[in-house]
Amino acid sequence: MARQIRIALRNCGVIDPERIEDYISRDGYMALATVLTELSPEAVIEILKKSGLRGRGGGGFPAGLKWEITRKVQADQKYVVCNADEGDPGAFMDRSILEGDPHAVLEAMTINGYCTGASKGLIYIRAEYPLAVERLKTAMKQSREMGLLGNNILQTGFNFDIDIRYGAGAFVCGEETALIHSMEGLRGEPTVKPPFPSVEGYLKKPTNVNNVETFANVPVIINKGWEWFASIGTEKSKGTKVFALAGKINNVGLVEVPMGTTLREVIYEIGGGIQGGKEFKAAQTGGPSGGCLTKKHLDTPIDYDNLIAAGSMMGSGGLIVMDEDDCMVAIAKFYLGFTVEESCGKCSPCRIGNKRLFELLEKITQGNGTMEDIDKLRNLSTVIKDTSLCGLGQSSPNPVLSTIENFIGEYHEHVKDKKCRSKVCKSMMQYLVVPEKCIGCTLCARNCPVNAISGERKQVHLIDQEKCIKCGACMEKCKFNAIIIN
Amino acid sequence: MAKIKLSEKKIQELKDVCKAFNNEKGELINVLHKAQSLFGYLPAELQEIIAKELNVSVAHVYGVVTFYSFFTMQPKGIHPVSICLGTACYVRGAEKVLEEFKRQLKIQVGETTPDGKFSLSCLRCVGACGLAPVVLVGEKVYGRVAPDGVADIIAEYNT
Amino acid sequence: MKTIKLIIDGKTAEVPENTTLLKAAKTVGIDIPTLCYFELKDMNIENRPGGCRVCVVEVKGRRNLAPACNTMVAEGMEVYTHNIRVLNARRTVLELILSDHPAECLTCAKSGSCELQSMAQQLGVREIPYQGEQSKYRKDTSPAIIRDVDKCIMCRRCEMMCNDVQTVGALNAVNRGFMAVVAPAFEMNLEKSPCTYCGQCVSVCPTGALTEVDHSRNVINALADPAKTVVVQTAPAVRAALGEEFGLAPGTLVTGKMVAALRRLGFDYVFDTDFAADLTIMEEGTELLDRLTRYLKGDKDVKLPILTSCCPGWVNFFEHNFPEMREIPSTAKSPQQMFGPIAKEYFAKKLGINRKNMIVVSIMPCLAKKYECQRDEFKVDGDPDVNFSLSTRELAHLIKASNIDFSSLPEDDFDNPLGESTGASVIFGTTGGVIEAACRTAYELYTGKKLEKVDFKELRGLENVRHATIDFDGLPINIGIAHGLGNARKLLEDIRDGKSQFHAIEIMACPGGCIGGGGQPYHHGDSEVIKLRASALYREDAGKPIRKSHENPFILELYKDFLGKPCGEKSHHLLHTHYFDKSAGVFVEE
Repeated sequence: MARQIRIALRNCGVIDPERIEDYISRDGYMALATVLTELSPEAVIEILKKSGLRGRGGGGFPAGLKWEITRKVQADQKYVVCNADEGDPGAFMDRSILEGDPHAVLEAMTINGYCTGASKGLIYIRAEYPLAVERLKTAMKQSREMGLLGNNILQTGFNFDIDIRYGAGAFVCGEETALIHSMEGLRGEPTVKPPFPSVEGYLKKPTNVNNVETFANVPVIINKGWEWFASIGTEKSKGTKVFALAGKINNVGLVEVPMGTTLREVIYEIGGGIQGGKEFKAAQTGGPSGGCLTKKHLDTPIDYDNLIAAGSMMGSGGLIVMDEDDCMVAIAKFYLGFTVEESCGKCSPCRIGNKRLFELLEKITQGNGTMEDIDKLRNLSTVIKDTSLCGLGQSSPNPVLSTIENFIGEYHEHVKDKKCRSKVCKSMMQYLVVPEKCIGCTLCARNCPVNAISGERKQVHLIDQEKCIKCGACMEKCKFNAIIIN
Repeated sequence: MAKIKLSEKKIQELKDVCKAFNNEKGELINVLHKAQSLFGYLPAELQEIIAKELNVSVAHVYGVVTFYSFFTMQPKGIHPVSICLGTACYVRGAEKVLEEFKRQLKIQVGETTPDGKFSLSCLRCVGACGLAPVVLVGEKVYGRVAPDGVADIIAEYNT
Repeated sequence: MKTIKLIIDGKTAEVPENTTLLKAAKTVGIDIPTLCYFELKDMNIENRPGGCRVCVVEVKGRRNLAPACNTMVAEGMEVYTHNIRVLNARRTVLELILSDHPAECLTCAKSGSCELQSMAQQLGVREIPYQGEQSKYRKDTSPAIIRDVDKCIMCRRCEMMCNDVQTVGALNAVNRGFMAVVAPAFEMNLEKSPCTYCGQCVSVCPTGALTEVDHSRNVINALADPAKTVVVQTAPAVRAALGEEFGLAPGTLVTGKMVAALRRLGFDYVFDTDFAADLTIMEEGTELLDRLTRYLKGDKDVKLPILTSCCPGWVNFFEHNFPEMREIPSTAKSPQQMFGPIAKEYFAKKLGINRKNMIVVSIMPCLAKKYECQRDEFKVDGDPDVNFSLSTRELAHLIKASNIDFSSLPEDDFDNPLGESTGASVIFGTTGGVIEAACRTAYELYTGKKLEKVDFKELRGLENVRHATIDFDGLPINIGIAHGLGNARKLLEDIRDGKSQFHAIEIMACPGGCIGGGGQPYHHGDSEVIKLRASALYREDAGKPIRKSHENPFILELYKDFLGKPCGEKSHHLLHTHYFDKSAGVFVEE
């Protein structure tokens, strides 16, 4: 039986996020006190490295190593940045943590400042999250008042303060270098790495960037020890992961499970199975950067490396469940549509390549695709991944590659048979009147926006396929189920 | 582009905003956020003033404004309608809901109704996937919206 | 500096640390193709956004291909620049770029000099497998520059030039994703932006997205009109670069062939802008001495330093950015605009023709000259002093279109009287040249002594900002020189803040001066070309019998005959101008 273990979400829904006392009563700021009074920065970094904590924002880079790199760079000023630009459609764990447990993030950032030698922290947060911003501001005020943030924290002489920076609606700003440029008041375009932000980041100073969920894990690791944390999870992925369960599943919402939990456990035991008793078809992890997992992956333990091996990725932890009514070609097109909109436009493979991928998918979903187009999709996807400047372009073709890999049959059906089995791709559908059921009430004809339906009262009606725009209005209005999709 | 004359008072307000950020060019995005909340949108005139105050080129300000989808140069309707097109909402039929809004309001995404009442936009995940598909009117969130519920939502604001 | 050893395509390269793979590969004879990358060596100009992805290579151990222009060498690195993975990726990336590029090569102004076109040739692209929507934008024609950004490939070179080098800020990347493009604010016309028409964006654009407004048809029509007397003037920098368009080595002087070609094109008189440059020195030098003398006498109102005003891009720049200081530059018109009224008010009268029946054409290394000659203050009753300004490139096209075999042309001489010039005027075409020419004259006029050493080597070179102190017989004169508007801005800010110690400053908008102008043959990032053009001009100067402007006999005759004295009433009227405040925004006027 799958169990949820709540580490990052330990306080969400448990404490009043606007009361620092609540946080403190649940060991809040204990880790900070331990770190500042008993541990050297190196010791803290060592704990983190041993814990095996990896970045929860997508890439899975070892957090302790990142802290260490930032620490080792000599500079007069360093920065700690919390990446709260959660833009993955279908993922909302960062928002929940910031709204439900803002102090956890503040505490971890302060610990990071101590370890890396930074005196300034910045939280880069989506402007679309006003409540989270309010909660953060309240929390910052409270912690300053209690001497847990600002100058001379806990009378140890350590100074660290935090500021908020707002995103403005650009998915690419989840990428570290783009995020940093955005904080500098520029277009959020990524730059070539190296140099990595840990060496040269905000205002050209060493900058440690971690995401919300990563930070939320840190105080617990300090309090309970790395051994405890490392005992949870799989060999190379320690601890837990928060997933945002959504889509065609009975229990939607956030779940936090140990790394290594299987998809089956998440969907059927925690998620309560597929809505309406329908059949599971696929689960998309990693959002527009990820791929889909299918029935054959149901018993694969979910961790960073297994997901990559399956052609997907952890991403920030969105988990969208799809059933038999979802067309996988259309899903790939949906994600590409998102990428085309969110590409910054700086590098050509991402700017033009994703557009071409989208157009090829559109062609296929409209019933005009050829087998050659599928080959083009494959080649283009490979090149876009291989040549794009940043993580967005390097992963944007994943939905295409993974749906081709797992659902090539559906692509073939679209191309060869001009058929969409899930009845999603409108161009391939025909709305037909079933003569036996039509009583000639004329309701469909009156509701057709393009006057494609003809027929006398009390006569069987006929849909002109040339004129039909496949809006489905007739089928919705028909009271006799006399209109079907072919 | 229509020429909009800003009142002296408004211009002063804007300059104060810039000043509050020390006329620092690195604060451009913060300034734009404030300016948009003050004016509702970011007309060219406003961008020119901001450029001057922060000592950057107008082209640079415009480059930033057009990069981020949150910033708009079009005034929004009194009741801005936003349809979430995040994945969760998409698989639960958000596209049909959007089509219905377009049909009933007779506008496309990014447009405002001639009476200035409604504007229509799409947004990515608002983090309310449990309520998918989600529609926002102003700050109010409508969950599990179906196409036949669109008329009722519009009617709420049409009195 | 540490040396790094790495292996590129099996060859061992040893290069200093912080070298890019692109440059490291060059040391072992491997030329990795690039598109967005751009560098003008020794001039601090570099563009490497890593955006086009054409230069990607495989670095062993890395998951993705790496851009050679933007990846630094590391010890023991193994790099492959043409294995199947790289070749396929590079070709696909280029095919993608081409799929969003209009296939208008046959009629494109850039055809033949287009880097995208030659890249497609180099990689042997014969079809474009990925077809789809192409980005469409409004075409924008300003007085000097045409923006046809459907052809923009987002290399960002123009943006870098306009912002980082020139600090003009007219162009910026706008929009996002597929619609991203480089444009002025609000995607308005360039004419409404603070553009100075320096043309540096044009000179670095790899495609036909940015080109000059072509006036050669107007010139052809004028030449065909029997009622018109068509006079041409050629700027100094043209003769040092025109040959490149005909396959001659950079730095070849083609003065004589150019004159012959112009005569064959049908110009009635082939004159030299250099003559007007000598005139400029007389006027500007006199103005300098006047201000200096008054200053030395304790006149507190006198504005120093004096700034040169012969560069129209620079004039546009300070009108837009430093209008409050527009009293500081010399009021002397540029040589192009001095030549105009002398031709139309003096020479036309000598010929006994109405100025409206005289067409003055200028051949310039410059695009801002196109705008300059259209300025209202340079017209008499609507008739411009200079009718059309052609770039060096346009002249080359004109010669080719007129079936003239340039390289076999004999060497001809300019017509007189407006064709005679001195060595001083020739070096106007390179950074430091104007001020050197001014020093030669001002020294003799101020001290009354003969200048023994005509060459002021301390004023030459390509450093961005230079300064030197010239001894005027006991009086030290502090000279500043800047080329590139970003460098000019620094000097101007110093003046504004009262920190400037200079008496006179020469400013040229373009890096290298006119030889690197926006209307010159494309140098494709080879700064050697610019240096060779400069040395050609110094060579021509050294070979001239007369090397000081005030010794030009035709200039002396002109003053005697017509103008009176330098900065006198007539020359003030014909040869001096005033400047405007152009700092107002388009939407907000304050």
